[in-house]
Amino acid sequence: MDAILLQILNGLDKGGAYALIALGLTIIFGTLGVVNFAHGALFMMGAFCAVSIKALFTLEKVVLDPTKLTAWGTPMEIRTPYIESWFGDVGVWMIDYSVPLSILLAIPVMLFIGVAMERGLIRYFYKRPHAEQILVTFGLAIVIQELVKSQFGANPIPQPAPDTAKGMLDFGVMIGFDAGNVVYPAWRLIYFLFSTLVIAGVFAFLQFTTFGMVVRAGMADRETVGLLGIDIDRKFTIVFGLAAVVAGLAGVMYTPILSPDYHMGMDFLVLSFVVVVVGGMGSLGGAVVAGFLLGILQSLASMEEVKQILPGIDQIIIYLIAVVVLLARPRGLMGRKGMMEG
Amino acid sequence: MVAIIKKQSDLVLLLCFAAAVLAGPVILQPFGAGYPDLLQKFAIFGIFAIGFNILFGLTGYLSFGHAAFLGIGSYTAVWTFKLLSMNPLPAVLLATLLGGLFAALIGFISLRRTGIYFSILTLAFAQMSYNLAYSVLTPITNGETGLQLRQADPRVLDVAFGRDYGAVLPSSDLFGIDMTGYPGFYFCAAVLILCFYISMRIFRSPFGMMLRAVKSNQNRMNYTGLNTRPYALAAFVISGMYAGLAGGLLAVTDPLAGAERMQWTASGEVVLMTILGGTGTLLGPVIGAGAIKYFENIFSAFNENILLNTFSFLPETLQHAVVSVASLFVGEGWHLTLGALFMVIVIFLPGGLMEGVRRFGVLFKRKADSDGPTETQPASAE
Amino acid sequence: MASILSVQNVNKRFGGLKALDEVNLEIEPGTVHAIIGPNGAGKSTLLNCFVGRLTPDVGTVTFEDHSLIGLAPHEINQLGVSRVFQTPEIFGDLTLLENVMIPYFAKRDGAFSLNAWKPMAGQNDVRGKAEEMLADVGLGEKHAMVANSLSRGDKRRLELAMCLVQQPKLLLLDEPTAGMARADTNNTIDLLKTIASRGITMVVIEHDMHVVFSLADKISVLAQGHVIAEGAPNDIKGDPRVQEAYLGGAEI
Repeated sequence: MDAILLQILNGLDKGGAYALIALGLTIIFGTLGVVNFAHGALFMMGAFCAVSIKALFTLEKVVLDPTKLTAWGTPMEIRTPYIESWFGDVGVWMIDYSVPLSILLAIPVMLFIGVAMERGLIRYFYKRPHAEQILVTFGLAIVIQELVKSQFGANPIPQPAPDTAKGMLDFGVMIGFDAGNVVYPAWRLIYFLFSTLVIAGVFAFLQFTTFGMVVRAGMADRETVGLLGIDIDRKFTIVFGLAAVVAGLAGVMYTPILSPDYHMGMDFLVLSFVVVVVGGMGSLGGAVVAGFLLGILQSLASMEEVKQILPGIDQIIIYLIAVVVLLARPRGLMGRKGMMEG
Repeated sequence: MVAIIKKQSDLVLLLCFAAAVLAGPVILQPFGAGYPDLLQKFAIFGIFAIGFNILFGLTGYLSFGHAAFLGIGSYTAVWTFKLLSMNPLPAVLLATLLGGLFAALIGFISLRRTGIYFSILTLAFAQMSYNLAYSVLTPITNGETGLQLRQADPRVLDVAFGRDYGAVLPSSDLFGIDMTGYPGFYFCAAVLILCFYISMRIFRSPFGMMLRAVKSNQNRMNYTGLNTRPYALAAFVISGMYAGLAGGLLAVTDPLAGAERMQWTASGEVVLMTILGGTGTLLGPVIGAGAIKYFENIFSAFNENILLNTFSFLPETLQHAVVSVASLFVGEGWHLTLGALFMVIVIFLPGGLMEGVRRFGVLFKRKADSDGPTETQPASAE
Repeated sequence: MASILSVQNVNKRFGGLKALDEVNLEIEPGTVHAIIGPNGAGKSTLLNCFVGRLTPDVGTVTFEDHSLIGLAPHEINQLGVSRVFQTPEIFGDLTLLENVMIPYFAKRDGAFSLNAWKPMAGQNDVRGKAEEMLADVGLGEKHAMVANSLSRGDKRRLELAMCLVQQPKLLLLDEPTAGMARADTNNTIDLLKTIASRGITMVVIEHDMHVVFSLADKISVLAQGHVIAEGAPNDIKGDPRVQEAYLGGAEI
C-alpha cells in the first residue's frame, strides 16, 4: 500500500509535465488547427532558460590572492560569482533559487519565442494539410534542438533545486503512515503543486476572460468564430504564445527532476502526443486527466513487483495504453465527435 | 495507341534507371561519392524510400514508424547469418518476410484510424519496439551493444554444405563472392532495380490507381463499392516489406544490428527522403535518399580546418565569422542542416525535387513553344 | 410488382429529435421515385439509411432480397446501389477518366482486388467503357483533365457518370440540381430522363418542384419524419396536406 502510494506520488510530477505540454498542444490544435511537433522543443527551451539563468548567475570574477599560495607556489585564485560580490547574501540566495527565479525570465522569453514562431512560420500553415504541418514543425524541432546542442553541448546539465527544497519529505507521516515509508523528494511535490497551479490558471483564464471565451468558442467551431468578425489572427498569435509559455514553465521547473539535455523535448513530445490522443484530441480536460493518469501508470509499471510479472512493461505501458484506448474509444477518453476525423 | 507509348516510355525509364544505378560508381566519381560504402547506402535507403512512397505517396497515410521495420529487417538478417548461413539470399528473404509480417500486425491496428491518429499510432508502435529492443528483448537484440556475429555461431546451412570460415569472423558472401565493397554494392543495386521495377508495376496498375483514390477521397471509394482498409493495409505491408528488405541489406553490407536504427528520427529521415525527392513520384524517393545520404556524408566529414581552407579567400575577420556560422551546419551539426532542409522543402517545394524539375521543364518548354511550334500538349491520362 | 427497395417501420432518433418516425416506403423497379418535403423533414436521413451511412434504430430496409441493415456502404454498393451526393464526391486529384474507371473496376473486381501486377495500359476495354460513359454525360473532351479543375456542374455530371458506369440497379440522387442555373437544370433533367428510359430505378430527393414533376413517376412527401402523402404527381399536386406542410404551398 505504501509502495503503491509512493509510486502514485512519483507519477504525479511526470504527469504534471505531460499534462502541461498536452494542454498547450490541445489549445493550439483546437483553436489553430495545427499539429505542432515543435511543442516539445518549447518545453526544452524552457528548461534551457533555467540553465542560462544559472550560468548567468554563476559567472565568476577571478581574483588572484597573492597572500595565499597553492601547492605549486602560484597565487591562489579566488573565484566569486559577480552576483555574490555585488549583492552579498541576496546574491547567494539568488544562485540557490536560480530555478524558480528562471520563471521570471522564461515567461517573456517563451512568449517572444512563441509569437515569433507563429508569426514567422506556423501561420502560413493554417490552410495546409496536416501532413505538411507535422513535417514542417518536425523540421523546426530538429533545428531548435540542434542549435541548443551546439550552444550547450550534448551532455545533460544538472540543475539543483533550492537547498530548502532539496531534501526528502516524509509524506507518509503527514497522512498517517509510519515514518520512513513514503519518503518523497520535496521538489517533486512542489512540481506537482506548480503544475496544478498553472493548469488551474489556464482553465481560469479560458473560463473567466472574454479572450478565453473566444478561444473556447474557437475550439468548438473555428469557422463560425472567424465569421463573427473577431480578429482571429491576433488571437491566434496570443494563443500560441500562451501555449509556449505554459510549455516553457513546465520545462523550467522540471530541470531539478531531470537534468536538461537537447533531446528531452523530443522525448516528452512523443509521450505528450500520446497523452493528447488518449485524452481526446481537442479536449482540455482530457489532456490533463490523461497526463496525470499516464504519468501515474508509468510510475506504477516501473515497480519491481510489476516488472517481475510483465518484464519491460514500464518501457511500453504508455504506448500500449494509447493503442488500447484508440481502438476501444477512437476519440480518446474525453474526445468530441468530428475532431480531426477523416 | 497511348497505351503502347506509355509502355515503351516506362521501359525506357526502367532501362535508364538501371543503367544509371549500375554506372553509379563512374557517374558519382567526380562528386567524390564513387566509393562502395556510400553507394551501398544510396541503394539501400533508395529501397527504403521507394517502399515508404508506396504508402505515403500513393495512399497519403503518413507513417512515423517505418524505422521499426528497418530495424526488424536488420535483426532478422543478422540472426539468419548466425543461425543459418552467411549467404545473403536467405537473410534478405527472411528480413523482407518479417518486415511484412510485423507491418501486417501493426498496420492492421493502426489503420483503424486515419489522419494524425494514424501517424501517432505508428509512432507509438515504433517507439514501443525501440524501447523493447533496448530492454526486455536484450537476449534477442543484444541491447545497446547491438547484435553481432560470432565465430562460434552455429550457421547450420553453411556447416551442412561444408563451408568453413576458419578462425576469422565471417562476412556475408554470395556463393563465394564477398559482400563488402563493390560486389556488395552491385548486389544492393540489383535489388534496388528490382524494387524500382516492382514499384513501377504497382504505380501503373489498377491497384496503384486505387491507392491514389484512397488518398483522394475515401468517402467516395466506400460509396463506390470499394473497401478502403485492405487497400491501405496492402500498401502498408508492401512498404513494410521494402523497409524490412532495406534493413536486411544494411546487415548484409555490415553484419551488425542496433536498436538506434528503429528510433523515430530514423522514421523521420525516410519521410524527408521521400518528400525531398517528390512524394508520389517514381524516381523522387530514390533521388531524395541519394541526396540526403550524399549530403550527410559530405557535411559530416567537414570540420573547421576544411572550412577555414574553403573560405580562405575571404578577409580574415570575415573568414572567421563565416566559418563559425558554417561550422554549425557541418560535422556534428549535420542534423541542423537536415532539419533546416526539411523546413525549406516543406515550405517552398512541397512537391519535392521532381516537382522542381517539372516546373523548370514547363518554364523551358514555354520558352521553346514561343520560338516555334513543337509537339502538342501531353495527352496522357496517367 | 415486387418492390426493389422496401422500407418498413424505420425509426431514427438523434438525441431527443425524432428524425424518422415509422417510415414506410416501397420503391418499384423501373420507376423514378421522388422524395420531397420541407427542410429538416428527414429526407437526407432516410437516404443515409439506404446506403449504410446511418443505421435505423428500428425497422428494416430491404433491397431486392438483401437486408441493408448493418451493411457497410461498400457492401451496399456492391449489391447494385449507387449514390450521387448533394456536393459532388469525386476523386479530385485524379483525371476524369480515372474517376470513371475506378467504379468500373469496383463493379468488375469487387470491393478489394490485389491486381498490382496488371498494367493499366492493358485495360483498354475498361478505358473504352469509361470514355464512352464520359461522352454520354458530355465530358468526353475533358477526359484527361484533373477532376478538381471542373466546374461544379461538370463535377455533378462526372459523379453521375461514375455511378452510371456501374450500371446500378438503384440510383440515389440527393438534390441533383441544387444550385444550378435553369439551363443547366434542364440539361440535367434531360440526362436523367435518358437514364430512366434505360430502366434504371431512381430515388430522387429534390427541392425544385419543376424537376420533381418533370421526372417523377411517384412522389412521397416527408414531413417531420412522417410520410404524409404518397402518389402520382398529379395527386400530390392537389393534396391539401402537402400544401399545408409547405406552408401555403406556393411552389406547388
